[in-house]
Amino acid sequence: MLKLDGVSKVYRVGAFGGRALTAVSGVGFEVGEGEVVSLIGESGSGKSTIGRMVLRLTRVSGGTITLDGKDISSIRDRKEYYRQVQGVFQDPFSCFNPVFRADRVFAMIKEQYFPGAGAREWRKRVEDALESVRLDPGNVLGKYPHQLSGGQLQRMLIARAVLLDIRLLVADEIISMLDASTRIDVLNLLADLRARGLGILFVTHDLSLGNYVSDRTVVLRDGKIAEMGPTPLVFGDPRHPYTRSLLAAVPRLHTKWTDLPADGTAADAAEDLPCAYHEAAQESRTRPGLAEVADGHFVACSGGGKAAGAALAKKTLAKNTKETA
Amino acid sequence: MALKVTDLRVYYRTLRGEVKALDGVTFSVADGEIMGLAGESGSGKSTLAKSLIRLDGRMRHAGGTVELDGRELPIADDRAMDEFRFREVSLIPQYSMSALNPTRKIGKMVGELLAARGVPDGTAELERRLELVGLSKDVLGRYPIELSGGMKQRVVMVVSTLLDPSLLIADEVTSALDVSSQKAVATTLLGFRDHGLVTSMMVVTHDISLVYQIADTILVMYAGRLAEKAPAEVLVTAPRHPYTRQLVAALPEVGVRYEDRRLTGIPGNPPSLLDPPGGCRFRDRCPLAFEQCAEQPPFAEVAPGHLVACWKAE
Amino acid sequence: MRSEALHFALRNRKLVVGTVVITVFLVAGVVGPMTIGHKPADYVGPAMAPPSGEFWFGTTTFGQDVFAQFLYGLRSTFLVGVLGGVLASVVGMVVGFVAGYRGGWVDELLTMVTNIVLVLPALVVLLIVNAYLGVRSVGVQALFIGLTSWPWAARAIRAQTFSLRSRDFVDLARLSGVRTPKIILREIAPNMSSYLFLTFILLFGSAILIAASLDFIGLGPTDSVSLGLMLNNAARWSALQLGMWWWFVPPGAGITAIVGALYVMNVGLDEVFNPKLREM
Repeated sequence: MLKLDGVSKVYRVGAFGGRALTAVSGVGFEVGEGEVVSLIGESGSGKSTIGRMVLRLTRVSGGTITLDGKDISSIRDRKEYYRQVQGVFQDPFSCFNPVFRADRVFAMIKEQYFPGAGAREWRKRVEDALESVRLDPGNVLGKYPHQLSGGQLQRMLIARAVLLDIRLLVADEIISMLDASTRIDVLNLLADLRARGLGILFVTHDLSLGNYVSDRTVVLRDGKIAEMGPTPLVFGDPRHPYTRSLLAAVPRLHTKWTDLPADGTAADAAEDLPCAYHEAAQESRTRPGLAEVADGHFVACSGGGKAAGAALAKKTLAKNTKETA
Repeated sequence: MALKVTDLRVYYRTLRGEVKALDGVTFSVADGEIMGLAGESGSGKSTLAKSLIRLDGRMRHAGGTVELDGRELPIADDRAMDEFRFREVSLIPQYSMSALNPTRKIGKMVGELLAARGVPDGTAELERRLELVGLSKDVLGRYPIELSGGMKQRVVMVVSTLLDPSLLIADEVTSALDVSSQKAVATTLLGFRDHGLVTSMMVVTHDISLVYQIADTILVMYAGRLAEKAPAEVLVTAPRHPYTRQLVAALPEVGVRYEDRRLTGIPGNPPSLLDPPGGCRFRDRCPLAFEQCAEQPPFAEVAPGHLVACWKAE
Repeated sequence: MRSEALHFALRNRKLVVGTVVITVFLVAGVVGPMTIGHKPADYVGPAMAPPSGEFWFGTTTFGQDVFAQFLYGLRSTFLVGVLGGVLASVVGMVVGFVAGYRGGWVDELLTMVTNIVLVLPALVVLLIVNAYLGVRSVGVQALFIGLTSWPWAARAIRAQTFSLRSRDFVDLARLSGVRTPKIILREIAPNMSSYLFLTFILLFGSAILIAASLDFIGLGPTDSVSLGLMLNNAARWSALQLGMWWWFVPPGAGITAIVGALYVMNVGLDEVFNPKLREM
């Protein structure tokens, strides 16, 4: 359904745009119907920029993004595009104009897309949408944003997207500002939407969240894909040193960092591992810069990157040995 | 006992009345203990952390005492607290990245700070400690903008512990960082204790899995009160308070997938602290609630070092 | 939110005092002239008469009623302030909003224009233009004031818009298919309504001051009376030297009081809108 092909984003910075800053370079992946793809990366990895480009909030500098084979920048009627593709952002509080009541986000959809709908019919639709995200309409309609919790606001935003009967949802860090006791419900909601046939691009920095909900995972580093594939493969058998070091750094609930194979060995092992990309047979390099090491599991070269990946591992290692020394 | 807090109450003044953000908490932190202080937004964890250092203009000390190494902290008296701040109790603020003035070199800023506190020249010690957290002494000659978020965080950490405070409070120090820097910062905190630079530590966070990695004990707060305190391992594997249980069960881990095991959150919202209901504050969301919950349960010890505020926790 | 602002507004002494002063002058300027039977330029009384029961503010060298002139003068002073202030605010807002929201080359172009107008010595330009214009009316004066005093407002609004533009609710409006002008009008502007109001008050005050200065140096409206023009006349006919204080004190005090009250109001409003300045 959604396909990114060699997508790049270059920002011009400095006086007269003298310097170029590459935020995303040559990224390609797909999101199918009824599929959750998580886009995982640290700050500066370009993950949010990709989300914004898909939402047409940021222009694409190179490559193409297509929806059902049609270049999205060629869809002149933005409204037509937004009827199918919607987004939910990180900070639910800043998504609501503080001056107005929270349900204004629904009114805006009505005004733009369903001006002909009767008041009662529309109210029914809003209530249905709210119920589908497990909100009690009586509790949230007519309230100001500051009277509602982050979890409630975030669900309202998902309900807003659902009102449009969309096909693709870009969820950019939608969980990170929520409290632990409510975040899992919002995550489950994404899974429910998927069951209804929606494609979801789930942008996150949190590996455990991505792991929980997604079918496929794309790991980004410095604007490039380091590794991507079916989630169980990427998390269960990471082939890129960067993915490994990320996984090693994630705090887990029942395993302490110190219980993991001592950090040193893990990092060393990563360094000693041959580059999965270059190990792979020539014919498996089916995508630019990526080798298919297993069915649908792609990995980028860790060299060039290898230095950086190892440096990251080393950085953590250095700190740890220093502390324990 | 390094820290002993007894029935501490701190309220926020707002237009609509007083918010009972911290409503009667009693606990202690032993010498050498790293205590994780976990809770969701509005649980009072940040209020607790702040009140041990400085009450801001809207906060009012409504009762209770704080004792550090046997001396009572005059927390309501901003001037009198100056004697303790930095030397006895020190805080690593949540946004320490922005705590640094971008137009001044780090070394100069630190020097001025120390001079303001009446500390004689501590450059050698400062450099030694920077090295300890994996920073070269060159950072002193650089501007904050030249350092990464994690590096700045560590500079602030070194500065806040320079006078070997008895209690160090780390307020959400990892929440704005990437996974890899998170780990580095967390292990650095651990190192401070292990090297004896600080006696005990309170690590305030919303991230239980992170604090579990470094804390000896974890204290969970809910709606301005204490819910449960236990050794980290016990709290994560065998929590007794229904809130802690549900909270821990709601955390996705690497390896847990939606298809295999659907986790559930806690339905409902915490009560408003403007005029909180009497009795147990988790009552409305609690699956075990019964009549007695209309009465506030005591924060009682159910096993050695394991305290729970719940009638049903045996 | 609304009632909160109102709550503080009614308790803010600066704001209340400023508003009362402005209201009194405004009512005097609007209603006053209707109660006077003659025109301000009519020669109705004895020359050089000090204030009396009949002529409250005395008369001029030619026997014109100073009180009548003062009331009519207030009217044109307010008119020039409102017209000039509104015009400057509108231009400032349009330029500021568009530059801040659009960014890129549009922003660079508009910022350049703004800076050019900003560094123009406005008074000198006004002097020259006014001097070449034969018939000058209050409207023309307001037009020139409005067209030269907007730049700082534009710069301030641009900066505010810039920071609001990247807020998520603006993105959400874009995702809802709302068009740019509507986003500016309905998403961004309401968030800085207090700021826009303050801007208008300040522009209003400065328009009155500029007009008074122009009038005083003899470039005021040729077809009506204003407070500045009264001062100009008083000076021209040596009212000061002749001890005719009643001729120049009322207009001088009037201008000072209006502009002063506007600034006091501005400070008060700032305190009302900005929670950080509120006294707890």
